[in-house]
Amino acid sequence: MRIVDVSEIIPVVARLCVEANIYLDRDVVERIEEFAGVEESPLAREILEEILENARLAALEKMPMCQDTGVTVVFVELGQDVLIVGGDFKDAINEGVRIGYREGFLRRSMVEDPIFDRRNTGDNTLAVIHTEIVPGSDVRITVAPKGAGSENMSEVKMLRPADGLDGMMEFVVDRVSRSGGMPCPPVIVGVGVGGDFEQCAYLSKRALLRPLNEVNPDPRWRSVEEELLKRINRLGIGPMGLGGRTTALGVQILAMPCHIASLPVAVNLQCHAQRHKTAVI
Amino acid sequence: MTEKLRIHTPLDESVLERLEAGLRVSITGKIYTARDAAHKRLRESMMKGEDLPFDVRGQVIYYTGPTPEKPGAIIGSAGPTTSSRMDPYTPTLLERGLKGTIGKGPRSREVIDAMVRNRAVYFAATGGVGVLLAKSIKESKVVAYPDLGPEAVRVLDVVDFPCIVAIDIYGSNLYEIGVKKYRVQ
Repeated sequence: MRIVDVSEIIPVVARLCVEANIYLDRDVVERIEEFAGVEESPLAREILEEILENARLAALEKMPMCQDTGVTVVFVELGQDVLIVGGDFKDAINEGVRIGYREGFLRRSMVEDPIFDRRNTGDNTLAVIHTEIVPGSDVRITVAPKGAGSENMSEVKMLRPADGLDGMMEFVVDRVSRSGGMPCPPVIVGVGVGGDFEQCAYLSKRALLRPLNEVNPDPRWRSVEEELLKRINRLGIGPMGLGGRTTALGVQILAMPCHIASLPVAVNLQCHAQRHKTAVI
Repeated sequence: MTEKLRIHTPLDESVLERLEAGLRVSITGKIYTARDAAHKRLRESMMKGEDLPFDVRGQVIYYTGPTPEKPGAIIGSAGPTTSSRMDPYTPTLLERGLKGTIGKGPRSREVIDAMVRNRAVYFAATGGVGVLLAKSIKESKVVAYPDLGPEAVRVLDVVDFPCIVAIDIYGSNLYEIGVKKYRVQ
């Protein structure tokens, strides 16, 4: 049994909130550079260059790369041999978010309730927290701020098993196509397949945590990802929806078992400001 | 670099008619920020017959909600937000004389029709490049709805603010033309 006090968690979450919003990951930068090199549209190339220049400036000036510093999504892998003491675990994460967003001059974008007065909570809480109990004695925390532009273009669809791979691929391409310039393309396409209604939505977001330079460990899914990326980049949407070949930087799929009568598929679109930072306590 | 035209606000007719979809421009002058909550209040004011907090005639509205500025800084990150959320409010503002909007993503048929009718343009700024765009902002002052925080209406002094004419006064729409050009059948 390892004891972890909540006071150790708070500053880690705060730091991850700030760092995730400032520093664009190397794998995303490299993928944008790669696509900019082969992009046919001069305007699209200039937009990709602006994105790269913005990433450089953000790191240099320690400013959030995008003004939409997101809903704070926190993935926790909690080792089952860890005992959390000193307070409420979720309160500690939210306190970390509160401090990170205040001290990092990040935008507070959360409203108290979704319908009635939509009053800003003023500190970007509550975070969306996904906790999984895993073997071991580590606490692994990933902070992944998610902007609304791309999140709003996401969707879950309950396909029929007979729709199969073709139906699944058609839905993914169609979702990107219907989104056009709204989700700030070039996007990264997170896809969840299987599980049930809410589980596949979770998978689609979790799929986005895989770095772009790591391939899907399952060769069948790897080839589906490659085929989907090809089809999506034939849509012509391009950076910001103004035309071009670079509509998506990658497609990332996570799959799991599902009911004999179901085929849930979820698409979670991620803008080019792909933000996630991880720490292990 | 493709051709880039330097323009100034407020926008007058002689400039507006030169702004064709696909043209890169850089804007200098005053622009106003407003997004969802501010638009809702602007509409409420108009419905009550009250004066708007600023005269929209000839002006440009930039859809943005910046991050809080660090001490001593003019503004935080300030990129465009999705314009379509403002579509329900835009035609009324265009009827009032608004000549330009800056945001990201396509506009509705109703907005495009109102733009053609009132000879106004829509500029696309690159989404997610809030640090780069903030470089062009030389002054920022809240002029209405300070209680809305990041959604308050500000007047910004911009110099060479980079954008692209996405939809012009003739109704030509880069979101359709550009995608059609690069789509592989």
